[in-house]
Formats: sequence, C-alpha cells, structure tokens
Amino acid sequence: MAGPGGDMQWCFSQVKGAIDDDVAEADIISTVEFNHTGELLATGDKGGRVVIFQQEIENKNLPQFRSEYNVYSTFQSHEPEFDYLKSLEIEEKINKIRWLPQKNAAQFLLSTNDKTIKLWKISERDKRPEGYNLKEEDGRYKDPNSITSLRVPVLIPMDLMVEASPRRVFANAHTYHINSISVNSDEETYLSADDLRINLWNLEITDRSFNIVDIKPANMEELTEVITAAEFHPHQCNTFVYSSSKGTIRLCDMRASALCDKQSKLFEEPEDPSNRSFFSEIISSISDVKFSHNGRYMMTRDYLSVKIWDLNMENRPVETYQVHEYLRSKLCSLYENDCIFDKFECCWNGNDSVVMTGSYNNFFRMFDRGQRRDVTLEASRENSKPMQVLKPRKVCAGGKRKKDEISVDSLDFNKKILHTAWHPQDNIIAVATTNNLYIFQDKVN
Amino acid sequence: MSGDNEEAQTVEETSVEEKDVQDKVISPEKSEEAKLKSRYPNLGNKPGGSDLLRKRLQKGQKYFDSGDYNMAKAKIKNKQLPTAAPEKTEITGDHIPTPQDLPQRKPSLVASKLAG
Repeated sequence: MAGPGGDMQWCFSQVKGAIDDDVAEADIISTVEFNHTGELLATGDKGGRVVIFQQEIENKNLPQFRSEYNVYSTFQSHEPEFDYLKSLEIEEKINKIRWLPQKNAAQFLLSTNDKTIKLWKISERDKRPEGYNLKEEDGRYKDPNSITSLRVPVLIPMDLMVEASPRRVFANAHTYHINSISVNSDEETYLSADDLRINLWNLEITDRSFNIVDIKPANMEELTEVITAAEFHPHQCNTFVYSSSKGTIRLCDMRASALCDKQSKLFEEPEDPSNRSFFSEIISSISDVKFSHNGRYMMTRDYLSVKIWDLNMENRPVETYQVHEYLRSKLCSLYENDCIFDKFECCWNGNDSVVMTGSYNNFFRMFDRGQRRDVTLEASRENSKPMQVLKPRKVCAGGKRKKDEISVDSLDFNKKILHTAWHPQDNIIAVATTNNLYIFQDKVN
Repeated sequence: MSGDNEEAQTVEETSVEEKDVQDKVISPEKSEEAKLKSRYPNLGNKPGGSDLLRKRLQKGQKYFDSGDYNMAKAKIKNKQLPTAAPEKTEITGDHIPTPQDLPQRKPSLVASKLAG
C-alpha cells in the first residue's frame, strides 16, 4: 500500500467538525455513507442530525484537488422519544443511513434510529417564480380592485436552496433496536433488522411490513444469539444475509418461503474447542457484514479480525485479516471498560481489491487482498496539512519498542474509528473519529 | 509492510508450541480469562449468554415514567444553555410580563458542528 515502487499512498484532504477536545454527546458521529455515485457523503450523529456533503469537482486540470466535499444539506432526522409502555428512552441517534439509487432530480436516503426509519427527499431549488398577479413580492395580497392587467409569472434564478423533507415514516415495526437497513436491488423494497427480527418493507408503504426473519425464542431464557447486521445482496433481489452475535452468518433466499427462519446457507468457521475462553463468543460476535460490489464475496468484522467469505463456501472464510491481534492479551481490561463490545464497521473499495476497517487510537487499517499487504494509518489533526501524505503506523505488542512505534499500553481506547466509507469508484475515503470526519484521497503522482 | 501479521503468527505459533509441549503456560486469551475471573469471582460461566444478551436487548435508560423522563431532559437542556440574566426573575416577580420582558426563547435544536 504505502512504500516504494509506485504503491498507493494516502493523503489528507479535509477534516470536518470541531477542534476542541470537549466532545458534546450529540456530535458523536454514528454513521457515514457515500451515495451510489460518490458525489454525496452523508453522516449521522448521536443528536439525530444528518449532514450531507457534496463533492465539488474542481478544475479537472488541477489533479491535486480532485475532490472537495462541502456541506450540501443538514437536517434533524430523528428526535428523542419516550416509550411510554416500557418507560424507556428512545435515542435519536442515527444508527444507519442508506442512499437510494437516484431516479430523478431529487436524492433520497433512508435514515434510522433504534425504532423508526425515515425516507428523506433532498431536492434543490434554484429558481423561484416572480410576477404574481394577486400577490406582492413580499407575499401580501394585492387589493383586487387595483389590478388592471394580467401577466404571466416568470421563473427567475435564485441562490441554490437544498431542502430536505421526510417523505415516509416507517414506525412501530420493531420491538427491539434496529441495527441495520438495506435497500434491495429491486429499488422497491428494503429490509430493517433489529436484535431478533428482520422486516421487509415497500418504500411506498408505511403501515405494513413483512416479517421475514424471527429468531425470538418462545422462552426468552433460551436466548442464545441476536442479529447483529443484515444486508441485501447487491444484485440478487431475493437474497440477503444476516450475522449473529455468535459469529455466524446466514444467507436466506426469499423465494424459498415467506418466513426465512431456515437459512439457505450457514457460514461458520469451526472453532477449536480447546481454545475456547470466556471471551471467545464475545469477540466472535460479528459487528458488520458487507457484500462485495461484485456480489461474490461478503466481508464480516468481528472484534479482532476481518474475514472474507466466498458465498459458495460455508465452512470457512477464504481470507482472514488481523486488525489488532495485540489486543488479545488485553481482553480482560477491554471487557472491564466495555471496549470489547465496540461495533466496528468495515468497507470494500470500488473494485473489491482492498478492504478497510477502523481500530483504536484513531487508527484505521487497510488490507490489499491482491497484493497481500496491509497498512495502519492514523486520522489526526497533526497530520492534517493539505495533501500531507499519511505515514504508516505500527503498534508494538511487546518487547522492544522501536522508534516511531506506539506501544499497546499507550493506545487511546477512547479514540475509536467505528465508521469508515469508501467512495464507490475513486480512491477517496471518509473516516469518522469520535466527532470529526476525515476525508483522505490517494496521492496523485 | 505490516508487522501485525507477523505478531499474529507469533502468538499463534506460541500457543501451538505450548499445546505441543503441554506446558502449564496458557494462551493469552485464557490468561486474560483467568485475570477476569480472579477480579470477579461471581462472574457466571455463561459468557455472552442470556444475561449479556438480555442486557443488550434492553439497552436504554429506564425512567420511572414520562414525567421523570421530561424532568431529566429539562435538566440537561438547562445545563447546556447559558443561564438567563438575573433580571428575569425580578421582572416577572414585580409585574405581569410582556413579551419584550421575557428572555428570547433559545432554539432547541443546535446545528451539527460538521456543518459549521
């Protein structure tokens, strides 16, 4: 990735967000997602707000400033609510944002908190009508007796205004907390998954949804696993997968039956029972699952590793990448400070050759599948000079710490990169630290 | 380029060697488990089992009722916003306040700093 011989190097492009260390809870970024062209980049935060950035294509003659993302629209998507029946607060935190493919001038996205999914329409307005017959320019109605002639109002240009309006609210379908939404390739339906159930919705219909997976046991005492993530196949509209807290992935075919409790395929890596410890199940819990763009593979993220699965092979992953294996000897303290439950996401690059995921200390990792190389980079204000090349980082697990290495005990576990996104075509990545959004791009030689 | 894979191999190789030699030395994961059990002897033997899952299903702060919830929210709002000038209390104590006397209503929604 980084190194001699024309390998790819990453440069700082932009950083968004406040500089001060005192982070307000509402500003914690909870999701990052590029749209299908990569022109738009959406973020959601704990305060229920969505901020959308738009890529301004600079002079094509100036290759070094290929992409600058500037604020396009921002709106309050979800508000905190109170569940009266259970006396529980419903957080406004945006768990996921998913873009719909663009069909007309407007852009649509789905945003969800723990309980409610909303379809937002983002549209531009750059013209306004002028020359009404019955109204003054400021809106006051004219005295009808004063009107002596008729005219046709004309549309005149105005400053671009971007409006976001909620077009659909999909509520009251989830007893448990929604962890995933995924738009189907049929562009008509989408799924929403909570800890125990997955529902199928039609984008037009808000008062009904089909339950397609239900793993709730009759007796809650018998609960052994929960659903952690779910996604539709990128091309096959009948296929979706869901991952569990036990490290398994189930692939379901909606043609087989209405209720897909019985999976078509079960992906599980066999475990050596003698290696089993108290932590085994917790660290095997899958925090994210993502299909490759070509639809032949899927990637899962568990606490310590990233695994690539061939959809045709259920008994083991085809590739496993260690994200931060040095944490295995720190599991006790990571359990005590709850970090062991952190849910890291992962993503593919446009041609499925590189995968990326976050870690602690504002580090993030990239694994080049073809070249069998990986790199650790850091998102920090110290490396944020324009087009500054990111230097690879190294963590020293034990023993002699070399210069420029950082020891495991010095890692800041409060600085976690849980959410990252890769532009669908170009080498532009968005990396979210706690409250800042970094945009990096590959160095153009 | 990365040393991480090498480190992973080292850990794995070590545990394989250990098993081969049938030493008393245990894998890092198991030693971490022993550490945890020594700190929390009452920890159940069902890791990631029902208890943990059920706690996960019920995440979210529980309030006594909606009144309790709204009071808590109001307290947070008051903490975040700067307190109004003290004259406010004097005015409303003396006479019936007019709209001009009352402090400006603070906007309840604060814009995201990412958009700033």
